[in-house]
This record gives sequence, C-alpha cells and structure tokens, in this order.
Amino acid sequence: MKSGSRLAQRLIQLGVLLVILGAWYWGTLPGRINPLLLPPPAPVFRNFWVLLTTSSIWPDLFVTVREWVTAFLIAAVSGCSLGYIISRSGYAVKVFDPLLAGLYSIPAILLFPLYLLFFGLGPGSKIAIGTTIAFFPIVLNTIAGLAYVDKAYITAAKSMGANNLQMFWSVMMPAAFPIVLTGLRLGCIIAFLAILGGETISSLAGLGHRIVSLAENMESAQMFGNILFAIAMAFIINGVVSFVEARGKRGMQ
Amino acid sequence: MSRAETVIRVEGVSQAFGAPGDPRRVVALESASLDITRGELLCLIGPSGCGKSTLLNIIGGLAAPSTGTVTIDGQPVRGPSPQKVAFVFQENTLFPWRTIIDNVKLGMAFQGVAKSERDERAFESLKAVGLADFTNHYPSQLSGGMKQRAQLARALGLQTEILLMDEPFAALDEQTRMVLGEDLSVLLARTGKTIIFVTHSLVEAVFLADRVAVLTARPGKIKKIIHVEEGHPRKSSFMTSPKLTALRNELYALLHDEIRKTMSQRGETSEGA
Repeated sequence: MKSGSRLAQRLIQLGVLLVILGAWYWGTLPGRINPLLLPPPAPVFRNFWVLLTTSSIWPDLFVTVREWVTAFLIAAVSGCSLGYIISRSGYAVKVFDPLLAGLYSIPAILLFPLYLLFFGLGPGSKIAIGTTIAFFPIVLNTIAGLAYVDKAYITAAKSMGANNLQMFWSVMMPAAFPIVLTGLRLGCIIAFLAILGGETISSLAGLGHRIVSLAENMESAQMFGNILFAIAMAFIINGVVSFVEARGKRGMQ
Repeated sequence: MSRAETVIRVEGVSQAFGAPGDPRRVVALESASLDITRGELLCLIGPSGCGKSTLLNIIGGLAAPSTGTVTIDGQPVRGPSPQKVAFVFQENTLFPWRTIIDNVKLGMAFQGVAKSERDERAFESLKAVGLADFTNHYPSQLSGGMKQRAQLARALGLQTEILLMDEPFAALDEQTRMVLGEDLSVLLARTGKTIIFVTHSLVEAVFLADRVAVLTARPGKIKKIIHVEEGHPRKSSFMTSPKLTALRNELYALLHDEIRKTMSQRGETSEGA
C-alpha cells in the first residue's frame, strides 16, 4: 500500500515534468514563440550535451565552484564558532538569538551592490554574498542545537562525572548534531544560489556570467543549455547534501 | 541492624528557591536530618512537591543545599561524586544516539575505566538486568520498562557503593513496575549496595525498603521513619502478606494529612501555615 502510493507520487512528479516539456515543445513549434526568446527543446538539449561532454564550461565552472566552496567554508566555520560561543551563555542566547533571526529576515542580496564596491567585480563580491546568506541558517541552527539540549541528558552526564570536554563531545555535540547539520545543508544550498544570482547581476566570470553574456549575444539555445546545466547542478548539490545529512543523522540516531 | 554503620549523613538540610522576602519564594526542604546505614534500602515518600527529589539531588551533589550539610563516609558532598554515587532518573536519560551498551559504557569512559574492562562490566550489568540480548539496540527500540532496566544497568556498571533512584518506575504501568520491583529486590540483595529510592507508591516503598522515611508537606521535613523487618530478596508472597498491608496502612495514615495539606496549599495563594 505504502510503496504503491510512493510510486504514484513519483509518477505524478514525472508527469508534471513531462507536461512542462510537452508545453515547451508545442509552444516552440514553427510559427509560435520566437526562437530567440525561447528556443525549442532539441537545440537546448544539444547544447546541454555539448557542455557535459566538452571542457568549454570548465573555466567558468571552476570559478563558480571555488567561490561557492570558499563562501560555504567561511560561513560554516564562522557560523558554527559564533553559534557555539553564544550558546555557552543563556544570557547571550536571549540577546543574540532574536537579533540574528531578525537580521536573517533582511534580504541579503540588497547588500550585493555594496559588496561590488567593497570587493570588486571578481570572485570577492560573490564570496561575500554567498557567505552572508549561508551564515545565518548555520549560526541560528548551531545555537538552536547547542543551547536547547535536553537538561536531563546534561544532568545524567554530570552525575556520571563528565568533565566539560567530555560533556561537549559526548553529550552536547551529538545532541545538537542533527540540527546543526540541517543548518549546514541549508547554508550550502543557498550559498550556491546566491553566488549564481550575484554572478548574473555583475561579474567577470562564472556560470551566471556565462548565462548573462550568452543572453546579451542572443545565443538563446546556448543560454538555455547553460541554464539547464546550472539547474542540474543545483539539483545534484541538493541531492548529495540531503543524502549526507540523512546519513549523518542516521549515524547519530 | 546490629552493627549499623552510617554511610550518608544528612544534617539540617534546607533548600529554598528564591530570595528571602520574595512572595514567590518556595521552601522545598526545611532542616531535614537523616542517617543512612551501609547496605540498607531507604525509601523517601511524601506528597508531591515536598522536596524528595531535591533531597536526593542534594545527597548526590547535583544541587547545593541552602543550609545544612551532607557527608558521605565522613566527606562533605560538594558536587557529584561519581566514584561513590550513581543515579537512576525518572525520565529516560539514555542517550538516543548511542546503543544500549554504549550508553552503559559512557559513564565508565568519563571516569577513565580501561576500554577492555568497560566492555566486560557493561555486558555483566546488562546481563544482570536481563538485557543481554539488547546490547546493540538503540533506546528508541526498547519499551519503557526496558529503558529503565538499561538505566539501572548503567548505574550498576559504575560499581558505586551508593545508588540514588529518583522515582525510576513512576512513568511505567503498574504491572511493569511490579515485575521490575521484584527483580530489583533480587538484584539489590545480591549487590549489597546502599540505596535511596524516591517513590510515590506506598506499596512500592514497603515492598522494597528496609526503612521508609515519610516527608511532610512543603516545606518538607522528615515526619517519621518506618522500619520494614523483612529479609531481602523480597518474594512476591510478601506483596500480598498482611504485614505489608499493615505497614502500607500505617504509611497511608501518616501521609494522608500531608497530602491534604499539599492540596490546600495549592488551592490558596497565601503563604499558608
């Protein structure tokens, strides 16, 4: 029964994708939508295939991936450290938790023009926007994980003679781990999206830069091929990170 | 009880929450004094909120009293003393991310027990509580009764002389707690540990204890101590004996007024008597 309904869900999801693809094919038949605005599926997929099988996209891909990894690492290290420091004191949690949550609700992309002035058109401004956006879910989840560990666990560990270090490694960390991991997953994914967005606004290289310059040259089929590539990448990143998260949580149970 | 040797001495222990003069100030315990002799099982019983658990936490060094002292083997208690005292808590405090045996071994690891010895001790104590076949299960895979057995195994594995049990069976159904109570009596008769056992259940108190200390309504004081002259391990026939019933009735009479007092304290907002 359950696996049957699971199959039905998958079929519906596949069906929706097929409907979109069909509409795309139908809409771009000769005499319908201008192929400069929306090229038919066939040349787009041909271009997508070229991107997968040649090295032409590698320089831009490398730029984007490097920005993304750098931004994520900075956000992860700073977010986890700051979250840990804040979680050490109940007073600090009361002060900074709502403050950070409030700042999180500001659309950080508005800072991008400022970052362009600060860090220039190169990777610096993309790393800055990626870091800013990824930082908040990571720090907030670290606080949520560490500051709200069940008191009963702490009391039990104390009664068994845990010192501070043992308390942290054997109780606080594993108790907080699933929640921190969720923050890291969110940060990882939205950092990628923010960097792509930043590149399309203003940049010298990268996937987003490629897409914008192809659009400006009216190379629509190539542009959509690149967009497909970016979508596929985001999809894979999401899948991999969610898999890692699920594995990590299973290990801790 | 001919050569009674005092292990734990509680002298004039009071515990208050909130500053003096604060209308919300609660005096949980008031000059409680108690001597616990080596190898005995003492039950603390009293109305809700009378400070039974507070007293237990103070004895175990998890809380500091406002006034008064607790000594174990003549040494004043200033914090947890895991070499001497192990706890079993009411709520499930097994770590859900560790298997049962890893839970049992953790406290030993905290205290620097050698790795090879940990395995052996953990398995022995799990066997003693009847969980030898569940060593690699996670707590979420066990029933409530089994979780409490595992908690007991964790405490036993620490090989302390003193065991402090804070309503360990309170969250279980009556049938499960009857069986656990019988098993506990058998197990503890073998180990010869000194035990303080907090409970709400009159029958449980009489069935398990050598002595039952009855606490008054808040602020908690020791009202009376009842002796249960019956060898360990207690058999299930003791459960239905007239002796147990008579002691239970005596306890009930002692507690009845205190429970009433507690109820009226809750009904009124004034400071009360």
